[in-house]
Parts: sequence; C-alpha cells; structure tokens
Amino acid sequence: RGALDLPHGSVVAAACSRVGQRVLHVDRRSYYAANWASFTFNALLTWIQEHQAESLSEEVQDRSSLVEEGEELIYLSGSDSASISNLQVFCYISEEAEEEEEPPNTTEEEEAAQEQGEEPEADQPQPSAPPSQSEPTRKKISYTQLEKEGRRFNIDLVSKLMYSRGSLVDLLIKSNVSRYAEFKNVTRILTYRHGSVEQVPCSRADVFASRQLSVVEKRKLMRFLTSCVEETEEHQAYNGRPFLEFLREQQLGDNLQHFLLHSIAMVTEDTLTEVGLTSTRHFLRCLGRYGNTPFLFPVYGLGEIPQCFCRMSAVFGGIYCLRHSVSCLIVDKDSNRCKAVIDSRGQRISCSHFVVEDGFVGADRRVTTPTRLLSRAVLITDASVLPGDSEQQVSLVTVPPTDGRPAVNMVELSPSTMTCIPGTYLVHLTCQSVGSAYEDLSPVVTRMFCTAECQDQENRPAVLWCLYFNMADGSGVEPEGHDLPSNVYVCSGPDGALGHEHAIKQAESIFLKILPEEEFCPPAPNPEDIIYDGENTSPTSTGEEEGLTAAGGEGEEKQQEQQEEETSLQPEE
Amino acid sequence: QHGRVKIKTTAQQEEEKRKEREKKLKIYVAARDACFSKRNEGIWDDEALQLTQQLLSSNPDFATLWNYRREILMHLETVKDKDEVQKIYEAELSFTESCLKVNPKSYGSWHHRGWVSARLPRPDWARELTLCDRCLSLDDRNFHCWDYRRMVVKMSGVPVDQELAFTDRLIGSNFSNYSSWHYRSTLLPLLHPESPDPPPHLLLKPIPIGSLVQNAFFTDPNDQSAWFYYRWLLGRAEREEMISCVYVNRDEERVAVAFSRPVNSVGLFLVLDGQPQRVEWRSVHPRFKQSPVWICNLPPGTISDITNERNLTVHWTEKHTHRDCALYTGRTESWCRDSATDQELFRSELSVEKTSVLQSELQSVKQLQELEPLNKWCLLTIILLMRALDPLGYEQEMLAHFRTLKEVDSMRSAYYSDLCSKFMIENTILKMEYAEVRVFSISDKNLTTLCHLDQLLLVTHINLSSNHLQRLPPQFAMLQCLEVLEADNNAIENLEGVYHLPKLEEVLLKNNSILKLVVYLQTLASCPKLKRLDLRGNPVTQTANVESELAELLPSVTDLLL
Repeated sequence: RGALDLPHGSVVAAACSRVGQRVLHVDRRSYYAANWASFTFNALLTWIQEHQAESLSEEVQDRSSLVEEGEELIYLSGSDSASISNLQVFCYISEEAEEEEEPPNTTEEEEAAQEQGEEPEADQPQPSAPPSQSEPTRKKISYTQLEKEGRRFNIDLVSKLMYSRGSLVDLLIKSNVSRYAEFKNVTRILTYRHGSVEQVPCSRADVFASRQLSVVEKRKLMRFLTSCVEETEEHQAYNGRPFLEFLREQQLGDNLQHFLLHSIAMVTEDTLTEVGLTSTRHFLRCLGRYGNTPFLFPVYGLGEIPQCFCRMSAVFGGIYCLRHSVSCLIVDKDSNRCKAVIDSRGQRISCSHFVVEDGFVGADRRVTTPTRLLSRAVLITDASVLPGDSEQQVSLVTVPPTDGRPAVNMVELSPSTMTCIPGTYLVHLTCQSVGSAYEDLSPVVTRMFCTAECQDQENRPAVLWCLYFNMADGSGVEPEGHDLPSNVYVCSGPDGALGHEHAIKQAESIFLKILPEEEFCPPAPNPEDIIYDGENTSPTSTGEEEGLTAAGGEGEEKQQEQQEEETSLQPEE
Repeated sequence: QHGRVKIKTTAQQEEEKRKEREKKLKIYVAARDACFSKRNEGIWDDEALQLTQQLLSSNPDFATLWNYRREILMHLETVKDKDEVQKIYEAELSFTESCLKVNPKSYGSWHHRGWVSARLPRPDWARELTLCDRCLSLDDRNFHCWDYRRMVVKMSGVPVDQELAFTDRLIGSNFSNYSSWHYRSTLLPLLHPESPDPPPHLLLKPIPIGSLVQNAFFTDPNDQSAWFYYRWLLGRAEREEMISCVYVNRDEERVAVAFSRPVNSVGLFLVLDGQPQRVEWRSVHPRFKQSPVWICNLPPGTISDITNERNLTVHWTEKHTHRDCALYTGRTESWCRDSATDQELFRSELSVEKTSVLQSELQSVKQLQELEPLNKWCLLTIILLMRALDPLGYEQEMLAHFRTLKEVDSMRSAYYSDLCSKFMIENTILKMEYAEVRVFSISDKNLTTLCHLDQLLLVTHINLSSNHLQRLPPQFAMLQCLEVLEADNNAIENLEGVYHLPKLEEVLLKNNSILKLVVYLQTLASCPKLKRLDLRGNPVTQTANVESELAELLPSVTDLLL
C-alpha cells in the first residue's frame, strides 16, 4: 500500500514489505537504485552516453481526465538528470593490444556534457566507441579488452565503505539481508604524505608491525588510541577548540598527528575536538570486528546493497517494476494526502504512502537548499598505489587537503572484490566539490598516478581509463518539509560521507513516519521456516493490517508485474 | 512466485527439531550397538569402517570407536598391498579433516590423524603443513594443531629458519600469542648447532632484540607474552651442577657439602686420606629428599686428633666431579669452595649478557617507563636489568621501583615483597663475600621471606632483626656453623628450621609471635649447645609454668629471658 520510488528507498521498501505492507517499487530506469547503482564497464559507457546526450524535453501528458472530484494533480519531474554534471572521460590506452610504435601523443578529449538523455531502450550495454583514443602504451591491457571483459567490472557511481559497526552493517545483520551478499575487508588504510603513499597503522597488529614508527611513537599512538575510547574530563576540556590543537598538545609528533587527523578521525584541521574524538571513537569501535581495519566492502560493489534490500522486499511480496515511472500524484484536496499516483502509462494506482527520490520532485515544490556537489573520479589502473605482499589489497587512501583543495577519499579495489578484471585496480576518488570534478581531482590523479603525460615515473601505477563527474550531494535533503502532501516522503541521493549513516537514518525515519507502530526490519525468517503453499494468492499472514483497502486494479497488475519482476531480479553474478 | 510469506511458529519449529533429534538418536544408537557387537566378535571389515565413520563424523570424540577403527586399519595393512593401503589412509586423512571441521579441537581426530600420517606409506607432508597453517590462521591458539604441526615438522624436516619465519608471521598477525613466542624460543637454540650447549644469551647476536619483542611491548606494555619472551632472550644459562663447598669440623667429626642446586645424595662418596669412608649422608632437615646441603658424621675418632693433617675428598659420581678439602694441623675446622663463582651467583636471571647490551636494553625499557610510569612489567624488567648490571649500585633505585610496584599491583604485593627480600638477601651475601666475614646482618630491610640459605653454610652470626619474617623455615637448618641467631622484632611464630644446629649457642627472639612452647619451641631441644634464649615480648611468656617447662625442655639453656 505504499507506492514508492527509489534509492535507499529500497531499504524503506524492504522494511515495509517485511511487516506485511504492499509495496510497489517502480523505477523509470532499467536498473535499480539511481545514483547508488553500479555498472559493468559497458553499461557505464551507456550511462555516460545518456548523460552526455541532449535531453529530450519530455512531453508532459495531461492526466487531468483521471482526476476525480475533490482531487488535484502534482506533476513529477520526468528526470533527475540534474544530479550528474561535468562528465569527462579520458582513455590512456590503445584500442588494440601490442601496438608499440607511435610516440606518445595524447589526445584528451573532454566531453563535458550534462543533461540527461532519454530512457534507455534496452537493458544490454551498447558498445560505444571509446570516448578517446590515445597513445599506445606498454600496458598489456587494451581498450578492446576492457570492453570485451566489461561485464566483469562493477563500477559504483558512489564510493562508500561500510563501517563494521555502522548502521548499515547493523541493519544488514538485524534484518538477515546480509545473507544476500558477501563482503570483503578493507585490508589497509593508506595516506598520501610528502609525495608518497604510506600505510597508516591503525590496529594493534599494524602498530606492532609498522616499520615507519619508532617504538616510542608506537607507544604514544597506542596510548592515545586507548585513551580515546572513553570520554574523559581532559577531552571535555578541549570542547569547542580545534581537534588539531588537542592533538598537538598530546605531544604525538608530526607523523602520528597526520595519521590521526586525516586517516583515523578523517576530519579537517579546523574540526572541533569533540567531533574529531567522536569520529576517532567510531573508527576504533569498528576495528577488529571483521578485520584489521574498520571497513567492509561488498563483493560485486556497493550496488549490491540496494539490490539486496529489493530482493528482501520482493521475498515479502514487494512488486518491482523497471522502466516504468510515476508521472503525477493525485492529492485529496481536503486531507492534503496523496491518494493515488498515475504512472507513465496513464494508469491510476491507489496508495497510502509515496516515497520518492528528491530528483523527481519539481523544483517548485522543493525546499531550496544550497546545492552542494560531490566531485567523483573513477579510474581503472594497472597497479596498486602501494604494492604489498598481496595483490588483493583493498585500500582506503586518505589524501589530505592541499592549497585550498578539499580532502580526497580514495578507495582502491582489487579484483578480489569482483569489481574489476585481473591485472587492473578500480580506484574511486571522492571529495566535496570546489570546482568541477576534473578541477578538483585531476591534480591528485596526476600526482599519484601515471597518466599519459608522464613517461619516466614508472613506479607509479598507470591510469588506463578514467571518468570524472559531479554528483549532487544528498546530505542536505530532508524527507519532509517540502511543499508536498503529508504522506509523500523524499529520499535524498548519496551524500559525500564515507559511511552510510545518513541514508540508513533517513530510511528508518521515513519508515517510522509511515508505520510508527512497526519494527524497522525485524529479522527475516530462515528459508526453512517459511511455509510455502502454492495456491495461496490472497494475502493472509504476517501482520497485514486488515481494513486498509488495497489499491484498485492492483490485482490485475500484479500478475503482469510479477513476471517483469522475476526477470529484473535475476542476479547479475 | 512470491506470495505472502507465512512463517512457522516457534512451537512448530521446535517440534520439528525434536522429531529430527529423535530420529538421529535412534540411528546413532543402532549404529553404536552394531559397532560394539562387531568389535566383540573381532570382525574387522569394511562395514565396520563405514559404521565407525558414520558415528565419528557426528561425534568425533568417541575414543573407543577411533581405537576400533585403528584395529581394523592395522588388520587391513596386513592383507592389502601398498597402493591400496596408501589409498585407505588417504581416505582416513580426508575423513579426519571433515571431523576437524566439526570440532577443530577434537583430541580423537587429531590423534588419529597423527597416527595415520605416521603410517602412511607415502606421506604428503607439505599438504599437512598447509592444513595446520590454515587451522592456525583460524585459531592461533589451537594447541592440538600446534602439537600435530610439531610432529609434521619433525617428520618432514622443515628447516629451522623456515619455521622461524613462520613464527614471525604468526606474531605479526597477533603478538599476544604465547605459542608462537615459545616456539621461537625452542627454535633459536637450534639455529646454533655448532656450540654444543648454546647458552641462550649467545643467541642475541643474530637477533637484534630491539626489533620484534620491543615492538611488542612498546605497542602493548600490558601484554605479558612479550615480556616473558624478553626475559628468556636475556636469560642466563643454567648454573652448572657442581659441589660448591665442602666443610669439615674436627670436634664434631662432621662434614657438610653444599651443591649448586638441590640434589639427592645418590652417588656421593667420601674419601679420607685415600681411604673410602662408610658414612651415612643426611639432609639438614628430614623434610628434604632433595637438598643443596648434605651432611655426614665420620666414624668416631677418625679426625679427632688435632695434630694430624687430614685430606678429604668428596666424590659425586653422578656428575663425575669431586672436591678436595684439607684439614690442617691445629685447626678445628676447614672448608673449601670456589670464590670465583660468588660474584656471579645472584646476578639474577639476566646475568650472562654483555654489559653493553644490557645497558642499552635498560635505556630502552627506561624510555618506555617514562611513557608508562605505572606499568608493572616495565618496572619489573627494569629491576631485573639493574640487578644484572650492578645489584649493589642500583639498590636504592630497585627499592623505589618495588615500592611503586606494590602500589600499582597491590594484588601481588606479597610476591613483590618476597622478591625484594630475595634481592636484598643476595645483596647482603655479596657484601659479606666482599668483606670476607662470616657474619650475615640484614636488619630492618622489610624481609618477608628467607632464601639462599645454602649460601650461608659458613655463617656463624646472623642478624635478622626488625623485619617481617613469620618463620624460620626448614632450610634454616643449612646454617650448620651458626652460633648466634638474632631475630628480634619480627613476627616469627615458627622455628622449624632451628634444627640440629650443632654450634648454636644464642637465640634472641625478643618481640615475636611465638605462641606455644610445645609445638614451636621443641625443635630448639635438638641444638645441644644452646645456652641463651631471649623470648621477651612473645605470647608464650604469658602461659603458666613456662619457665619450669622450658627448663625441662631445654636443659642446656642457662640464660633464659622471659
């Protein structure tokens, strides 16, 4: 009985289905989760093309014929394309392998484009010409190979990690949704300092094994970390003063100060002490639960997470419908509640709650928040920024702010995460935008990697292909307070933080507004405890509240949509 | 089809589980009975193997079944050819592997695996090592696996340096691991086969102490495993077993022999002027079967003539060693001992290392102590290092550190008091040795215990006044030359050790806690020369008839103070 629309909406969908609500989940795209999605290399190329293409002005169809007495219409925006901008693609490898002649002459083709294209016609990736062809290199991997093995990439639009004691992990465990996915430890935390990449010793074992720290530094670091766990009066004395000042007065030395500020607390120099300490504590609490760093990463990429929640929702009766959108809401004038929606095919579907991604809410109805952007870069490289004993390291690299440029979080994924092909690494860079993604991030890329221009720096990993884009920062969007009916809730897009706290908190608060009496994602039963009786079509069980009218016409649709749902839920793996 | 989901109720689930359990139990019991009856009938066939396998996979701790299985396998060995046996045993290995997955700490499974591996015609040790490593990566303290691994390493001759690298790896992933540290300490001596009995301290050269173990205790100074390993690294070789002193007394026709460590008297012979003597060795107190001091009486008249020079030799055949002692004309007593070892006697457990190495270790541990002034392991290690370097020079600092230790680790304050007593006694012995006197005086030093009493064999006068002693333990009887015992102002209740001291004349026990005459003062009667006894300020003086009873008990005492 909630019609809804996307992103971590999938969490809301799962939570609602789980407690017996009828959920219809529609997405105008051919994939789930909007900006939370992850793509194969080929699908990413398609996505790039769509966003680079001129947007067709969508015809707004007049649906007033479907409106009954006492109702009015709110049209939804047909696209959310504004959330992606400044798309630029660079390719530094040859089309074919083993073309070794040709002096390096790079052609950087900047294809900046925004404005979305129309809906994709087909699901399968369209082979697109490489956005740029550049010098042949000694690298063995060719562009053709990237395309050919493109399906083995899982490239996320957002770059986040899961704090092992963060709200997402807790939720996955509590709800048993974790059974739908596998996770890998982030194996090390690195930082960029004095022109080179260093490992940050953060766990006891790291500190013990570290070769950069003197024994006295080891002791000081361990002592500092131990003292952070509990809040003390000494800490409180620094409330309101910068964290950096607090660190300085601990006499830790430059090394440790850098590690603590940029890589453990992951805050900036002017962050307040209480914030820095809270963040340090969170980091420490997450250590050791699954490994020597506080982070997990889902195998096959972050796009798995919304998929898992969709799957959970579907298991409990949620109906899924891709390439299908809601074009307008029907609002009851008296109660100012959304009674029904009208889909892109002109069908009226009753609903009692409606959750929508913020991009679809027309600008006129949104509470104007200053639009902040995230700068993102996605790199395919040929080596790790810090080669270690193992080739299968998953690393978080913190790059502190320099010269007015923001701090950059870099996540380097090895093929063990099933997000890239053997012989490559997938590198995600994220920061708060100051300029365009290219302006913000390319200096970091040039410093740490070998792009086409550099020939002599062979010890740095080479970039094979990269993509820059800006994405709207969802952290400012509130679920309520917009000029919308009271039972319409707005989900934000991804925020720039490393963890998922914002999204999960928002999903839970939306759920509690819809169903204040219900538990948020109670544990799902084991498959063997579920009673299957094939014929049962009428919903009878688990907490379904009687007396709430099912939406008209839903019965018919259900059959049809379920078929679609079956296919769209085919796991990609 | 995703319909609405119905979930079984808890009662339904439990009922199902119960039924399943019942079914399982029935099968299990039937199979067990079948096994037992087959074993009784002495049947060793494939079916029995099947049955035991079925049972053991659900319960790998059923030792009888493992035994039966081995009986069958041993039988099969006799009837099958080598290739078949190899196959059978390989199947056994994969079977135990599956059992270990169920219970990685099953005694039965590990033992069986070891048994099979040892009998396997063509063992694949590399695979076994991999299995152990995987198992230890899941639980680095699985001692069953450690045991099995040791066997595999021994059988397959893995090079020691490779094993050392293995411990490096384990310690790297978790340094709070006694098993790995200990394994290192057994491997390091093996890396030096050229020296026949490598004193562990020599190992310090190839291992820079700093690296591994300092990293460990700087990272976590509260983790004891590294500290213990550190002490081992700096540790001394065991003292050589030897006769440290021979003492002879002409008047009493008595010989006392002290050893470097407690021994029994087997293989001890006395030769006087080339003539083997028939003597009966006894320890100083009937409590001791092992003792560092043994005494015997010579046959009456053998050395009593003061105008004769006598030459004694004590042979200790067990260690193929002996010690001579000459009793010159006109002397009533004589002794012979090594003074060379005296200085090194107590330089604690850390002694043998070079001073420069110890000095730099002390610096680094002191550095840690500045950061962690209240860490007990750190303080204790500083004390030990100081004692190894200069026990007398660091005495005041040592006492200060002990005071801190007792405060920060009050649960063990008694341990620290005893340890401090031991070190103070060592220092006093050293001072006595330097002064070449036979007077041992250690008053007002907060002693709580007495030790090293075997070193005091020749002492004639001991002053233990104003300490916290509660007893004079049986070892006290090793003071065979003692004439005067001063122990005023202690808390002594028990005089067990004042036992058969042939020369003891004075016992001063003012202000102690002696309660009763019968039990606590009786041993004094075994000291024939006791003349003066001061019991003032003891509860016993309050009992009725104490004076007359004492006179009866100790007739030799002429000077009694109550």
